[in-house]
Amino acid sequence: MSTAGRGRLRALGLVLPLLLFILVTFVAPLATMLLRSIHEPAVADALPETVAALGEWDGEGLPPEAAYEALARELVRARGERTLGKVAGAVNRVRSGLRSVFTRTARDLRDVGAGPWRDVLEGIDPAWAEPATWHAVRQTGQRFTSRHYLNALDLQRMPDGSVARQPEERRIYVSLLWRTLLVSAVITVLCLLLGYPVAHLIAHAPERRANVLLALVLIPFWTSLLVRTTAWIVLLQTQGVINDLLVAVGLVGDDGRLAMIYNMTGTIIAMTHVLLPFMVLPLYSVMRAIPGQYMSAASSLGATPAQAFFRVYWPQTLPGVGAGSLLVFILAIGYYITPALVGGSKGQLISNMVAYHMQTSLNWGLAAALGGILLAGVLALYMLYDRLVGVERLSLG
Amino acid sequence: MTTATHRSILLPVLALPVIAAAALSDVAAAQSLTAVGWGGAYGRAVHMGVNLPFMDSTDIRVTVEDYNGGLAQIRAQVEAGNVHWDVVDLEMADAVRGCDDGLLEPIDITTLPPGADGTPAEDDFVAEGLSECGVGLIYWSTVYAYNADNIEGAKPTTIADFFDLETFPGRRGMRRIPQANLEFALMGDGVPLDSIYAALDTPEGLDRAFRKLETIKDHVVWWEAGAQPPQMLADGEVVMSTAYNGRIFNAQMLEAQPLVIVWDGQLLDVNVLGIVAGTPRMKEAKQYLTFATTAESQARIGSRISYSPARKSGAPLVTTHVVTGLEMASHMPGNPDNAARSLRYDWRWWADNQDELIERFSAWLAR
Repeated sequence: MSTAGRGRLRALGLVLPLLLFILVTFVAPLATMLLRSIHEPAVADALPETVAALGEWDGEGLPPEAAYEALARELVRARGERTLGKVAGAVNRVRSGLRSVFTRTARDLRDVGAGPWRDVLEGIDPAWAEPATWHAVRQTGQRFTSRHYLNALDLQRMPDGSVARQPEERRIYVSLLWRTLLVSAVITVLCLLLGYPVAHLIAHAPERRANVLLALVLIPFWTSLLVRTTAWIVLLQTQGVINDLLVAVGLVGDDGRLAMIYNMTGTIIAMTHVLLPFMVLPLYSVMRAIPGQYMSAASSLGATPAQAFFRVYWPQTLPGVGAGSLLVFILAIGYYITPALVGGSKGQLISNMVAYHMQTSLNWGLAAALGGILLAGVLALYMLYDRLVGVERLSLG
Repeated sequence: MTTATHRSILLPVLALPVIAAAALSDVAAAQSLTAVGWGGAYGRAVHMGVNLPFMDSTDIRVTVEDYNGGLAQIRAQVEAGNVHWDVVDLEMADAVRGCDDGLLEPIDITTLPPGADGTPAEDDFVAEGLSECGVGLIYWSTVYAYNADNIEGAKPTTIADFFDLETFPGRRGMRRIPQANLEFALMGDGVPLDSIYAALDTPEGLDRAFRKLETIKDHVVWWEAGAQPPQMLADGEVVMSTAYNGRIFNAQMLEAQPLVIVWDGQLLDVNVLGIVAGTPRMKEAKQYLTFATTAESQARIGSRISYSPARKSGAPLVTTHVVTGLEMASHMPGNPDNAARSLRYDWRWWADNQDELIERFSAWLAR
């Protein structure tokens, strides 16, 4: 083997642990999670013959007796194997009310020996005489499904196969997605407005003072996220420090205390603060590399301070602006804990809905679809940035 | 020689943690158990009334963990094959759903000991307190309460008063889920108690419930953990709030807060104990569950917090509060005076409709 080849092997050996680590802890979970958003085999696995029998059905009226017969048999088996809950849950998400129809039917079927199964099932629950029930079974019986993505975009598949919008009172995700993007954009702009002067100050201050200022940025950055969020609760709540101060000064009356938390204002304030270091640090590292003489040169050539700033200084900080903004924006659209704590009911973002479906409704397919949409959004943004600014100009400090 | 010496030293050193870990996990498996409950005042009552006596009478150590309901953690543990919760205090709806999903172990009720008066277990438990995987522990109810110091003049007495912003201005606390709130909204709108769920089963009834909630929406502070309502009432953050009756009781008894429960329209529910499927400490878990659901254990909980025993023979054993010595009967949700206008929480209806309604409720909240 050549020396170069051996060198390459050795290099590979050195990065191999990291590669494996990323593969096992990041790529693989991400891939399985994304797979969940299009793959839901619970019904197909538990009721294979029913699904096959429904394949023969033209979708008009009620399905053939074979489907009733297969379902009766497979429901009892699913109950015995304790997979009935998953089946009932999946079908119930397509059509509310079917969870109990499934569990009741499976329970009552224990005492029934013989068909005709259509009469038996309809005798147990009239829902089996409704085509909509069977459409729901057929729809969830497909192993691979676009259902979760449709759901995540406030759409639904109608029995005839067409796609339609959800009824108005159930539309939630699209507006939440827009709201998340809007809030993230606002936070990014706020971070830039607040962070740019700070970074400039630190980058061009004498070293001693710069170190102190940098520590002031870094100490909050190193402080636990929960501590910082809770501190904002103490400051912003109705009976909190800021309101007390305003009342004491007489700016607001005791009845007119400002609602600054448990709403969107609270989410924006707390998240801007939490994410500010991610803007300041890239800006600082870029600004520090800009020689001070450039500005002096611009002035000596007759530029006003504003001209010198906008035509000489600002363009050179763009890689830092881009990096900071991209970092803050991407972190903001996936932010979870701060909105959950200070957002109340109106300050929630899409990530809180993902958490809800992961933890409470157990609808992991929908959670995965929402996550998939977010991921696609971030990738699109990254590509847009690459097209407009160029990723090679990104400087993360 | 050196290499050999190294190896002879190295091997035991390397093996030591492995052996220690194996030994430790063996010890842990034989003698400890994780019981998961709801924390706060209720958690303390269970710890004092059940866990401590259990540890005294066996050599099994009980570790307590808290949660806020739901099946997510249980499902994660069962699916990962790494169960570290053993016995969980569940709402009935979760117990039934967890059973259907194979997350909980079925429990044969006839293996449980008879009641304090000798009644066989299957007849001693109230009917709604038994399911395939869950054994009834206590009755509790969702009520609303107010702080007497913060409402001047006439006090609220009915569920309709909760929605009456003109007579009783001020903010309301409600749990951030549709459950219970939709029922209260219809009661407040004048729907008779016995037709609440029938009304909720129709689109018109649901719209009506949401319309009623809409009338107070701008004045609602939403809570999530059971410990929040007494806190918000004491702070004056809200003038009235829905709450678990035991948490209000605790604030009245132990913190001497001037809180008053309005029993009108209370929503009664049962909590059960279940065993997480596939726990490696099955024997100990069963032993704990058997102990905790005896009439005596339930009565020990009931004399610390106002939740009634789910065994019929347990009720007479609850007499006075262990700390204050006050009569418990008048604080229990099942007391005839309190239960005059009460509704049983219909978890079957909610099991069918919660997926859709939680989405609708979230959409409504965000608007």
